[in-house]
Amino acid sequence: MVNMTYVEASRLAVREAMQGDPTVWCVGEDLGRGSVFGQYLGLQDEFGPDRVVDTPISEAAIMGAAFGAAMVGTRPIVEMRFSDFALCATDELVNQIAKARFMFGGQSRAPMVIRKPIGIWRSSAAQHSQSLESWYVHIPGLVVLCPATPQDNYSMMKAAIACDDPVVYLEHKNIWSMQGEVDTTIRAELGKASLRRKGRDVTIVSWSETANLCVHAAATLAEQGIDAEVIDLRSLWPWDKGMVLDSVRKTGRLVVAHESVAVGGFGGEVVATVAEMAGDALKGPVRRLGAPRSLVAYAPNLEDKMRVTKDMIVTGAKETLGK
Amino acid sequence: MDKSHNTQTARDLLVMMERIRAFEEQAILAAERDNLVLGAIHPSIGQEACAAGIMTHFNRDDILLSTHRGHGHTLAKGADPLAMMRELLGRTGGCCGGKGGSMHIADFGVGMLGANGVVGANITIAAGAAHGLKMLGKSAIVVDIFGDGAANRGPFLEGINWASVFDLPILFVCEDNQYSATTKTSAMTGGPGVAARAEALGLRATVVDGNDAEAVARTTHEITTRLRAGGGPEFLHAITYRQTGHTSFDPASYRPDGEAEKSIADNDPIARQRAVLGAMGLDRAALKAIHDMAQAEMVQVLADASATPFPGDETAFTDVQDLGSPVQEAR
Ligand SMILES: Cc1ncc(C[n+]2csc(CCOP(=O)(O)OP(=O)(O)O)c2C)c(N)n1
Ligand SMILES: [Mg+2]
Repeated sequence: MVNMTYVEASRLAVREAMQGDPTVWCVGEDLGRGSVFGQYLGLQDEFGPDRVVDTPISEAAIMGAAFGAAMVGTRPIVEMRFSDFALCATDELVNQIAKARFMFGGQSRAPMVIRKPIGIWRSSAAQHSQSLESWYVHIPGLVVLCPATPQDNYSMMKAAIACDDPVVYLEHKNIWSMQGEVDTTIRAELGKASLRRKGRDVTIVSWSETANLCVHAAATLAEQGIDAEVIDLRSLWPWDKGMVLDSVRKTGRLVVAHESVAVGGFGGEVVATVAEMAGDALKGPVRRLGAPRSLVAYAPNLEDKMRVTKDMIVTGAKETLGK
Repeated sequence: MDKSHNTQTARDLLVMMERIRAFEEQAILAAERDNLVLGAIHPSIGQEACAAGIMTHFNRDDILLSTHRGHGHTLAKGADPLAMMRELLGRTGGCCGGKGGSMHIADFGVGMLGANGVVGANITIAAGAAHGLKMLGKSAIVVDIFGDGAANRGPFLEGINWASVFDLPILFVCEDNQYSATTKTSAMTGGPGVAARAEALGLRATVVDGNDAEAVARTTHEITTRLRAGGGPEFLHAITYRQTGHTSFDPASYRPDGEAEKSIADNDPIARQRAVLGAMGLDRAALKAIHDMAQAEMVQVLADASATPFPGDETAFTDVQDLGSPVQEAR
């Protein structure tokens, strides 16, 4: 066990993967200086500029070129800087990378990790704050991961690099400095959720930074005599339906909470799946918590209007229990 | 080069052009007469000298990326015409198992990493293939062929700049048939043209008569010699003409009167190559034999492809992804 931050954890995973496999490389803007959040600090010194590649500000080319290089046998880690900028490379991801294997009848693979830092980060405003994970879940061909802890950012990054599918890897910008114990022997099984807290009364499903908030909310609920189970999905595609359904069958209550806009969000998919497959187990109303369908503003008071808070999760859980 | 070598090369070029044309003529028949081609096909009739000339100097382990108008490039790279025709008909045994069709044809076994249904998209991907090959220390080189319309999309700038910055072993070819679907490309293109754009990004650019197979092959040879010697990325602007409509169903009535007729009469690449061989001493019977052989081959290809079954229903759900595949989800 080593104590490290969320950003150090993924950096260590990338470093170890690069040490173990000469075909793994990183590509993106300003990687030599560590990129915006220090995710690559020291890697160019260790592996050289041909494996930690600084690029022009050409998101479409970063994505497209990495894909071309993947098709000839390399394993690129693609840095998009902010998930918002990845939209400049949407054709490359959605029409090319996600579809090539199928369209070409299985002739190709795109073993790529596409890193897109997401989320509200104080006063970054509308073009640097989005969480669009539900878009990617909607695209067949992609794996979608949202690690919320240093441990997961280590072991899921390792598993993502080893995976032969294109993986959209969504780190949350607000938790780069989050500390935690990391056991480097733990192997993540992608698609398995993390049971962050065991409980009997209500199931709370979440991911990314909001999952951490749900753990805090569960502590508050416990003080009020409510025993909440917190499931951190951490992988949105594939997602751990089994753990969620088993939990709801046990508790009969469901809250889903995420930072992204509630409308069309992945929370709706979770609720719909529970309704279809365990609807008879539900003993109370479901609560779906997400951002209003508005934009993230610059002014802090306006920005806060977009947040799902601990209090909202606590209230939501109590409402499912009729309290 | 001795004379016999010249004759052999010239003959090979004609054979390949005749095969490409015969393949596409059969594909058009399959589309229009037989209703067997299910989606759109984009014939390259009139543009065969580019495919044949360029591919003469790319080996099997070199990499090709192409466009929606890519039958000729694919065939010239060495793909099996029966697998290609099956793909056009959406059949089992097609290059892509009937899952891609004409616009997504690919044959990784001969280094053909895909046509593309998105104009210009392969420019960045091809640059990346060259980047990957260079990183892996491989000696293979890359050619990416796109149309004149693609030069007005963003990937043209990003992909060619990328190849320039990273000094990659790649040839970009603008196969300029003068039309972007139903629009004259010149009416939509600012500045002095694609070669100048490529030069502005640091590439050596060459302009060639894309209907002169000999010139295309010769120019490509000069370029690939430099590329294989470690020279940086290059650009070839091959000027040609699309004799058909944009798709096999497009009558192309938007073209000025007589334009296509004149090009077909005076500037058909196959007729020009026949003249080259005629001047080298091949007689009419020998030329006709080349034509007839290509026709017979592709008539048989269409017959065989038509007799092939559609893919098994289960393949609608295979090769999507390893994790969370539709096959796993259905369990
Ligand atoms: C991004 C994109 N925009 C539009 C289209 C529709 N489209 C298909 S082919 C074509 C014309 C392309 O012209 P050019 O690049 O010159 O190639 P050509 O068809 O002449 O071979 C268009 C507009 C497309 N497939 N992709
Ligand atoms: Mg054109």
